[in-house]
Amino acid sequence: MSHWYLINRLLLALPTLLGAVTITFVLLRVVPGDPIAMMTGPGATEADIAQLRAHYGLDQSIVDQFIIYLGQLFTGDFGTSISLRQDVGELIAGRLPVTVELVVIAMCIAVGFALILALKGVYWRDRWPERLIDSFIGVIVAIPDFLWALSLILILGVAIPVMPIFGRMDLTISFDSWTNFYLIESLLRGRFEVTRSVLYHMVLPAVSLALPLMAITARVLKSCLNAEMNREYITLARTRGFGRLRIIYREALRNALVPATALSGVQFTFLIGGTVLVERIFGYPGIGNMAIDAVINRDLPLIQGLVLTFAVLFILVNLFIDICITLIDPRLRYA
Amino acid sequence: MPDGRPDLPLTYRILHEPRAVFGLIVLALMLLAAVFAPWLSPHDPLEQDLLSSFLPPSWQANGDPFFLLGTDNLGRDIVSRLIYGARTALIVALVAAALAALLGTVLGMLAGFYGGKTDMLISRAVDIWMSFPAVLLSIVLVAVIGAGLHAVIIAIVIIDWTRFCRVIRAETMVQKERDYVASAVTIGLPRVRILFQEIFPNLIPLLIVLLTLEMGIAIVVETILSFVGLSVASDTPTWGNLIQEGRQYIHQVPWLLGLPVACVVLTVLGLNALGDGIKEVIDPETRQ
Repeated sequence: MSHWYLINRLLLALPTLLGAVTITFVLLRVVPGDPIAMMTGPGATEADIAQLRAHYGLDQSIVDQFIIYLGQLFTGDFGTSISLRQDVGELIAGRLPVTVELVVIAMCIAVGFALILALKGVYWRDRWPERLIDSFIGVIVAIPDFLWALSLILILGVAIPVMPIFGRMDLTISFDSWTNFYLIESLLRGRFEVTRSVLYHMVLPAVSLALPLMAITARVLKSCLNAEMNREYITLARTRGFGRLRIIYREALRNALVPATALSGVQFTFLIGGTVLVERIFGYPGIGNMAIDAVINRDLPLIQGLVLTFAVLFILVNLFIDICITLIDPRLRYA
Repeated sequence: MPDGRPDLPLTYRILHEPRAVFGLIVLALMLLAAVFAPWLSPHDPLEQDLLSSFLPPSWQANGDPFFLLGTDNLGRDIVSRLIYGARTALIVALVAAALAALLGTVLGMLAGFYGGKTDMLISRAVDIWMSFPAVLLSIVLVAVIGAGLHAVIIAIVIIDWTRFCRVIRAETMVQKERDYVASAVTIGLPRVRILFQEIFPNLIPLLIVLLTLEMGIAIVVETILSFVGLSVASDTPTWGNLIQEGRQYIHQVPWLLGLPVACVVLTVLGLNALGDGIKEVIDPETRQ
């Protein structure tokens, strides 16, 4: 794959990014709701409010505000959070690693189990295990991550209390992190009790996020695999005497992965959106949880920064999926 | 049609599809609860009785037969609150899904039928729309419109029209190539009439499936927004509010959370099953 392809893809993402920035900006400015009034409370005088308004640049016209905002974005300045009175860029940088770790683990769980389900389903085609797997997928796919999170809390947090249901790790452990990537950092620094606690706290939120993605990916992959199994090269492999297992793994899987990855790619971005609620429910200190607080406080700069961050994550995930497809299928590399 | 007894009427075939029947039963139960809420619920859902707070379900040790599924922290009857919650959920589901369908279908039909610049404009808008996290967008929207049921409905419509738009656009493009459209063009029907009188009726089965699925999504979104505290006022019984309240007492009285979660899960499963069932009946090609 040439690097031009990558650069081209990144350039194509720019209009989408600009669109996301513009829509958020317009939405938040046009509609009623005064962040300054919420910030100051009832005791503030007109002069106080006017001064704050000027301080945050809210006294200028919307077009001017937008141009100033875009200019600041290009210099890496995301503004100052109104409710937390800190630099938005720093705030997000501190929380982003938490969400990234959670999302990556959730995606690994989803892909791993989707592969197992799909391969087992195809292996036992037209027998009762396949029907069992199909109905299992059907039930899981119907229920969104938000409800899985609550159900898992009820089952594994309360009814059989085996799993922690709040926070990122045990509060009794102290860990001074430099990067906030607790998982990797604790492994590298040999603080395995931290790794253990972080992983343990991650299980329920990650599984809640992973379940819907797992089910959809498994369904798509399974139907792609089934379609491949009807092709002639499979018949050929069978006449050559290869076993069913080997045919599925070595022959059909690679061909089925391309359409399956392309079809279920969008679902990976849905998983990122899901962090907003799942983090909220489990009190997980990532950017999703922060987004809800930002919205409740009408913290415009923070909301904008977070929406932009989510849009960038979406674009990166899409790019990553495209790269995966070209890696799986060599024919696409020179297309 | 290759199989599936196409000679039988559609309603008959739907009633013989187990998943659709399950979905219809759930929907009927919800309708019943929503319409007859004032007569069905044994108590006023807002009536507080602090002397009998946190009562367990009536069959348990300290249960009171007067409160079938127990009471919450303020001594309000859970059964009544769940029934009234169904009412809110159904209103949101019906209104929001219908409006989202209207907007998405019209835009999708225009994009699919006219193509060219219209299609590019609408498809680009859909792409940009879908690059937002839906949950985040809905929370932002409700925060700016202001809390309340109408805000929840507006938010769902603004976000979910894309679901209809994409599918309807693709189906319109398929229908456009069919012979009946060609003959309508030949006899000189105006293009708008072809689109709305000839093509639209053929989109209705697909639309019904999408509507059913969207109702489930709308109910989840309403629950989510209530949960975050951005839907209706917190004293109004909605499933989301019940979940939010139950979340606080999860270790003492887990059924306060469990019962509304079960209601939402059952409804969503039912509506999904209904959508899948109808899809299978009207579109034999999806069968393997």
